Amino acid sequence: MKVEFSEKVLLQGLARNDKKAVEAIYKENYSTIQSLIINNNGSADDAKDIFQEAMIVLYEKARSGSFELNCQIKTYLYSVSRRLWLKRLQQSSRYGGDIGHAESTVPVEDDVEEHARRDQEFEMMNKAIGSLGEPCKSLLEAFYLQKKNMQEIAGNFGYTNAENAKTQKYKCLVRLKKIFFTHYKNGQRDE
Amino acid sequence: MNENNDIMILDAVERYIRGEMNPDERLHFENLRKTNSEVDQLVVEHTLFLQQMNRFGEWQKFQNTLNEVHTDLAQTGKIHADKLKGKAKLVYLWNRSKRVTAIAASIAGITALAMSGLIWSISPKNDTQKLQALSRDLDEVKIEQQHQKSVVNNLQDQIITTPAPATDKPAAPQVFKSGGTGFIIDGKGLLVTNAHVVKNAKNIAVQNRSGAIFNAVLVYSDVEKDLAILKIEDQNFKPMAAPPYAFSKSSTDLAEPVYTLGYPRDEIVYGQGYLSAKTGYNGDTLSCQIAIAANPGNSGGPVLNHEGEVIGILSTREAESVGVVFALQSKHIYKALNDMKTKDSAYSRVKLSSKSSISYLDRTLQVKKIEDYVFMVKAN
Repeated sequence: MKVEFSEKVLLQGLARNDKKAVEAIYKENYSTIQSLIINNNGSADDAKDIFQEAMIVLYEKARSGSFELNCQIKTYLYSVSRRLWLKRLQQSSRYGGDIGHAESTVPVEDDVEEHARRDQEFEMMNKAIGSLGEPCKSLLEAFYLQKKNMQEIAGNFGYTNAENAKTQKYKCLVRLKKIFFTHYKNGQRDE
Repeated sequence: MNENNDIMILDAVERYIRGEMNPDERLHFENLRKTNSEVDQLVVEHTLFLQQMNRFGEWQKFQNTLNEVHTDLAQTGKIHADKLKGKAKLVYLWNRSKRVTAIAASIAGITALAMSGLIWSISPKNDTQKLQALSRDLDEVKIEQQHQKSVVNNLQDQIITTPAPATDKPAAPQVFKSGGTGFIIDGKGLLVTNAHVVKNAKNIAVQNRSGAIFNAVLVYSDVEKDLAILKIEDQNFKPMAAPPYAFSKSSTDLAEPVYTLGYPRDEIVYGQGYLSAKTGYNGDTLSCQIAIAANPGNSGGPVLNHEGEVIGILSTREAESVGVVFALQSKHIYKALNDMKTKDSAYSRVKLSSKSSISYLDRTLQVKKIEDYVFMVKAN
């Protein structure tokens, strides 16, 4: 019972992006995943990549609130990592068979698919913001991502008043939306 | 609708979504939504977009947390990550013992100085003959360099690795005539440099910051773009972790601060400047112009922005002017790599990182992480 309780606390912490919780989960599970990857044609870098991606899947799951503790964090991370690595091996056609211990996993296909879709969207957003150029990029990041208020932003960026900064912010936002939705339609066709 | 109108509506929509309207205004706006489908559509779309932005922001923060945690745990030895590798471990031990080593080195240095002073004061005076010979040699190099500056603007260095004449030994078998800088794009030993650095080279070698030399071969060269990719083929070379910097695909903005690392001398040298024009020499769109202090030998070095993204490869400078340097835009590295992949499937696994793991570090720490990935390139 005690284990279940602390796992719940960990997941709540994870959903809040609490560093202590992330560290605890990381410390507990990293070596298992690392040996899974390294024993199956992967490098230490691959292990880090896969593990962090699995952590993101867990984070998304924890945040969605729909995560029932029908398995332990350990089992979940193992299942996701295994699935992700299998997928990557297949993509590079290095291996088509089976890896790890299938019997100690839970079904995670849907979560992994959902994650891949979301990851692509984020990548698109990342690209769109990146192609905005300065000062648009920093202006939007300050307001929408770092949640600073307009007064503060105007001061930091050297606008004479918050109203001007706000007008500028909207102009940038219109540009961002335009870029984002063109990418969205074109998929990832550009270089 | 003109632009101001657009912005006003967008502002209203955003305040509505954020719940910042007073009740009257809210009621009025809700009526507008019902009657005007365009506004209604805008509200739906903008809500979605803001959610997306929010999630994106949180996702970014979470990734940063993950990276921080990983570095912390690896450093303190709580997880056995990259630390397992020989090289990384060496760096770690070196960092730990740096102070002791520094003290030891300075003692050794002082002793050596004292000894040489002693020897100089008691030895016969014909030693000065050798000293002169050495300096003349250096002068020759200098003249050669100045000559090169006036004729071509390639920042190629003349490195003479012949032992100093004072030793009276025959020259070492490998004498590298020219050199520049290169940097790792893949931990397994792929480096990028300028094509002119390795032009007509029979042998190529690269040397890291601590002086270890590895043999390398040219695997890709595009003289027009002045881009070359080398592969380290040396049994003494241990694969490195993926480079900490990312490779930018987009162009950089005017006035953005940039910096570079390179080997204008035997020691790695840092230089900083800013992007001064988006095109290169005579409007060349392949490159961009930066204002930075660069010297022969800097050729092929990475040009990075404040987020630790490689935005270009330093290649040439204008002979007549000071601080006018041109860099090949980094997106051409992607193109070169794609070319390579279509020709040789062995490179199909090589992937350039588009996320810098050092974007939140200050400059000193960034450089500390990068300097092991910048090599001196020697050719003959």
